[in-house]
Amino acid sequence: MPENGAAILAIEAVTKRFAAGDGEIEALARIDLTVAPGQFVCVIGASGCGKSTLLRVIAGFEEPTSGRVAVRGKTITRPGRDRGMVFQDYALFPWMSVRDNVAFGPRQRGLARTEIAATASEYLRLVGLERFAARYPSQLSGGMKQRVAIARVLANGPDILLMDEPFGALDALTREQLQRELLHIWARTGVTIVFVTHSVEEAVLLADRVLVMSAGPGRIEGDIAIELARPRDVSSPEFNAVRRDLARRLTSHLAPARARATAEA
Amino acid sequence: MTEHAAAIEQTEPASVPPARRRSWDKARAVVLGMGFPLLLIVLWDRAVALTGTRLIPSPRQVAVMMVDFSFGGIYDDAFSGTILIHLIKSMQRVYGGFFLAALVAIPLGLAIGRIKVVRQLLDPTISLLRPIPVTAWLPLSMIFFGLGPNAAIFLVFLGAFYPILLNTIFGVRSVDPRLFEAAAMLGCSGSAMFRQVMLPAALPAICNGLRIAHGFAWILIVVGEMTGVPTGLGSVIMDGRTLSRTDLVITGMIVIGVAGFVTDRVIVTISNRFLAWSPQHHA
Repeated sequence: MPENGAAILAIEAVTKRFAAGDGEIEALARIDLTVAPGQFVCVIGASGCGKSTLLRVIAGFEEPTSGRVAVRGKTITRPGRDRGMVFQDYALFPWMSVRDNVAFGPRQRGLARTEIAATASEYLRLVGLERFAARYPSQLSGGMKQRVAIARVLANGPDILLMDEPFGALDALTREQLQRELLHIWARTGVTIVFVTHSVEEAVLLADRVLVMSAGPGRIEGDIAIELARPRDVSSPEFNAVRRDLARRLTSHLAPARARATAEA
Repeated sequence: MTEHAAAIEQTEPASVPPARRRSWDKARAVVLGMGFPLLLIVLWDRAVALTGTRLIPSPRQVAVMMVDFSFGGIYDDAFSGTILIHLIKSMQRVYGGFFLAALVAIPLGLAIGRIKVVRQLLDPTISLLRPIPVTAWLPLSMIFFGLGPNAAIFLVFLGAFYPILLNTIFGVRSVDPRLFEAAAMLGCSGSAMFRQVMLPAALPAICNGLRIAHGFAWILIVVGEMTGVPTGLGSVIMDGRTLSRTDLVITGMIVIGVAGFVTDRVIVTISNRFLAWSPQHHA
């Protein structure tokens, strides 16, 4: 684990409770976590384990009930362009062309017109969508929309890319292609990625490090380094061994939680 | 690249009918769309002839009146060749009231939709005032604005105000919260958020409201021009009624119908241009 000083992202004693009806729901029990610059971290767990809440707290969309989140040592209080979020449902601006979506962040920074155009072109090229720059999001396939969403975030030069099951709604072929492209982009830009998924295979394919979360309340149960060489081959025996191991750890973490839930019910 | 190709196919589906079939479809729409009013005119003509009524003019008499109203030279009375005077006067009032309503209702709707305190302050009052029929304001508007065009503009304003306001509020309230989050993490905040995210996201609903309000504005012009103004299509209809000239009444009705239809098409064309991004909002 990296030292606190070198960490790009530090989560210190963060908890999150939501008001629900008369009472409260404890979404996150105490979470402590540091992420080194350039690391690709996958967060995996069953639905309702708080992995999306954790991501939203890092993004600044939700305030932690206690504890703090720091990026490069600075406590975050609100969403900002140092942390770019890629949503599962894309959240593109439907009234803007693909190009204007990608140019949105640079425009907020008040860059010169030519600089904005150059940045947009650069990132459209990176995700292979120059030919579709004039289209509206409604005219694109799901995979292309997610490419636009990734380019839109990268164009803002974030320190950390937060991805909330970004490929969950895509078909298998498109998903594989986008996973490859994401790894390529990660290698080229050196951006730090926190990637939420519920697919063991996706986590093993992408991550340097997998965090296994379990529910009721959400907490990190396992922190596993994936030391397979890249590029990784999903059909290799080594890959399968790691995948099997991770799947076993995931179910062994889930089983006690489930037993507890049954006991309470 | 395979995925790109698939996406192109999706946006231009293979089931597009050939050009010939499409033009046949268009021709059928024109024939059916024109045919039904023609059928109504024939029925009207037959009904007048069969019953021998003198209270309702035949389509031919109305056509003659229409020609006289447009170009003069037939009856040579106070209404001959005056169509433009009345049409322009009515349009001034319709659009005076309509644009005034848009000018007040859109910013107000944005504020009510977005700012909780404003909503708490104004929502109950608006809910209370809204069910009052615009025509019920007629006596008061004559006291406020006197006998004249301003009372008509006020009524049109009232009629156009609520549809624009309610649709704007609805538009703001139904913006996907993810879009605000996406904009916030890209560094957008404050008034830029208002201008660059909320306004365009609410635009389809605002356009809907404008279109509905525009229809109401034309409906209310007749009521508005009953308040004793000497010109305007509404006053022509009221004069026709006083003079028992039903041909004039029906002529006035037709002119209002056509003017409302044409201007509605203009509004639809403009809003389709603004909403080219939204496949659901092509009216």
